[in-house]
Amino acid sequence: MFPQLIDTKPLRRAIDDGLNWVVRNWGDGFEAAAYPLLMLLKAIEDLLISTPWWLIVAILTGIARLASRSWKLPVIVLFSLLFLGVMELWKDAMTTMALMLAATITAIVVSIPVGVSMSRSARVRQLITPVLDLMQTLPSFVYLIPTVMIFGPGKIPALIATIVYAAPPLVRLTDLGLRSVDPAVMEASRAFGTNPTQRLFGVQIPLALPTISAGINQTTMMALSMVVIASMIGAGGLGYQVLQGIGRLEVSRGLFAGLGIVALAIVFDRITQSFGKQLQGRIGWRRPDK
Amino acid sequence: MGLSGSGKSTLIRHVNRLIEPTAGEIVVEGNSVLALSLDELRKYRRTKVAMVFQKFGLLPHRSVIDNVAYGPEVRGVGHEERLEKAAKWIATVGLSGYENSRTRQLSGGQQQRVGLARALAMDTDIILMDEAFSALDPLIRSGMQDQLIELQQTLNKTILFITHDFDEALKIGNRIAVLKDGAVQQVGKPEEIVLKPANAHIEEFVREVNKARAIHVRSIMERGDVELCEYSVPMNARCEDVLPLFAEHEWVGVLDDDGRQIGRVTAKQVIRALARHSPT
Ligand SMILES: Nc1ncnc2c1ncn2[C@@H]1O[C@H](COP(=O)(O)OP(=O)(O)OP(=O)(O)O)[C@@H](O)[C@H]1O
Ligand SMILES: [Mg+2]
Repeated sequence: MFPQLIDTKPLRRAIDDGLNWVVRNWGDGFEAAAYPLLMLLKAIEDLLISTPWWLIVAILTGIARLASRSWKLPVIVLFSLLFLGVMELWKDAMTTMALMLAATITAIVVSIPVGVSMSRSARVRQLITPVLDLMQTLPSFVYLIPTVMIFGPGKIPALIATIVYAAPPLVRLTDLGLRSVDPAVMEASRAFGTNPTQRLFGVQIPLALPTISAGINQTTMMALSMVVIASMIGAGGLGYQVLQGIGRLEVSRGLFAGLGIVALAIVFDRITQSFGKQLQGRIGWRRPDK
Repeated sequence: MGLSGSGKSTLIRHVNRLIEPTAGEIVVEGNSVLALSLDELRKYRRTKVAMVFQKFGLLPHRSVIDNVAYGPEVRGVGHEERLEKAAKWIATVGLSGYENSRTRQLSGGQQQRVGLARALAMDTDIILMDEAFSALDPLIRSGMQDQLIELQQTLNKTILFITHDFDEALKIGNRIAVLKDGAVQQVGKPEEIVLKPANAHIEEFVREVNKARAIHVRSIMERGDVELCEYSVPMNARCEDVLPLFAEHEWVGVLDDDGRQIGRVTAKQVIRALARHSPT
C-alpha cells in the first residue's frame, strides 16, 4: 500500500462544496448561457420530426448523389434510411440525428476558430493541446455528473457532453491542416503583398479543407458514439432504445436500435467522406478520375 | 549566380523582405525598403516587386487564370478587368487554352509559365526570379530562357534572376554578380567576368563555360573607321554567331543599332579571346 502522505478528504470536500455552491448560485446563469444550444437542438429536432420521412430520404439521398457523383452511395444511403423506417425507429433516429447535428454544428463553430488560433501561435497550441487530451481521455461520466448537477437531467447536459467528446478531433485536424499547407505556396502568397487574413481565407483554409472535412467526419462519428451515454441523461432517441433493451433484457430491441445507430453512422460517414474526397480532388491531390 | 548554398535565395528574399536582413540596406527607387512599415511593405510587394519561384508556388485550388489574376486580385482590381489582364498574359506566355485547367494538371514547364505570367500580371517594374528555370528539363529550360529574353526586349523590366548555372547567367544576364559563401565575389558584364575572372573560384566556372556564347564580338573587335566589310553582324552578336562566317570571309563587320559599321573582327581575334583562359 502506498503510504498516506496527505489527507485528501478536505480537498474532496472542498471540491464537492465548491460545485454545490456553483450549482446553487450560478446554476441559473449557466442554464441561460446554454439556452441557445437548447434552442438549436430543439429547432433541428422539430424540423426533422415535422418533415415527412420521404422528403428527408430524398434530401439525404440527393446529398449523397452530389457528394459522390456516383449511384453506389445514394443507394446505400437510401437502404440505410429505409431500414430505420421499416424497423419503426424513424422518430428515434431523427432525435438522435438532431443531437448529432447540433453537436457537430456547435463543434464546427467553436473548433475551427480554436484550431486557427492554435495554428498561428505555438503558445496557444501548448495551452490547448493538454485540454484536448483531457477532453478525449477523461471518462465522460466524470464530467457528465457535474453537468447534470448544473443543468439538471435533460437535453442540455447530453448535448454538452457530446460536444466535449466530439470536438477535439476537429480542433486538432484544423490546426494540423492549416499548418501543413505547403510553405512554398504560403511564401508566394506573402510575396504578393497579402495580409494574414487574406492568406488565411484565400490560401490556408481552402488548402486545409480536406483535412478539416476529415475532422468534421470524425466529429460526426464521435457524436454518434456518444448517443447511448447521452440518452442516460435524457437525450432520448436510438440510444434510449438501446438502454431500454439492456434494462429489460430485450436483446432484439437493443439490437435493432444498435443497428439503427450503425445505419445513421454509415449515412453520415460516407457522405462526409465523399465530400472530403471531392475537396481533395479540387485542390489537385488526386486528379479527377473522369 | 552562385553554387548551392552560396546564399542566392537568402539574398533575393531580402529585396522584398521575405527575409529580414540583420544589417545593411536595401534601396529601391531611392527609398529604403527596410524603413517601410508593415502596411507600406505589403503595398510595396503589391505594386513594386513581383516574384517567380523555383518551386512555382502556384495556388493548387485555383485555376490557371485565377492564379495569374491573383496579384491584381490582392491589389483590389475588379473581377472583369483582372481576368482580362490575366488572359492577356496567359496568351503571352503561350498557354492559351489552359485558362481553366488546374495547375497540378500542367507539366513543369507549363506551371512555370503560369508562375511567370502571374508575376508579369502584377505590372511591377521589378521581377525577382529565384532559380525559376532550375526545375525544368534542359530543352524546356532553354525555350523558357529564349522566351524570357524575347519578352524582356518589349517589357524592359528590371529582372533579378537567380541561377546556379553559369551558362544560364551568361545567356540572360546583362550584369552578373557571383556569390560564394554569402559574399559577392565579382560583379560585371558577362564578358568582363569571362575575360577577367576576379579569383580562382570564378575561373573555375569560366573554364567550364561555352565562351563563344558569352563573349560579344563588340568587346573584342577592332574599333574605328575601317573599310566597309562584305558581311556584317549586329552589335549584340556573340562569338558563336560569327564563327561560321569566317569560312567565307576574312573580316566580319560589326554594326551599331542604326546600321553603321563601328568595327570589324577577324577569326584570329575571336580565337585569341576564346583561348585566353583555357586550361593549359
Ligand atoms: N550572407 C549570409 N548571411 C547569413 N547566412 C547566410 C548568408 N548567405 C547564406 N546564408 C545561409 O546559407 C544557407 C543557404 O543559403 P541559400 O538557401 O540562400 O542558398 P542558395 O544559394 O539559394 O542555394 P540553392 O541553390 O541550394 O537554393 C542558408 O541557411 C542561409 O541562411
Ligand atoms: Mg535557393
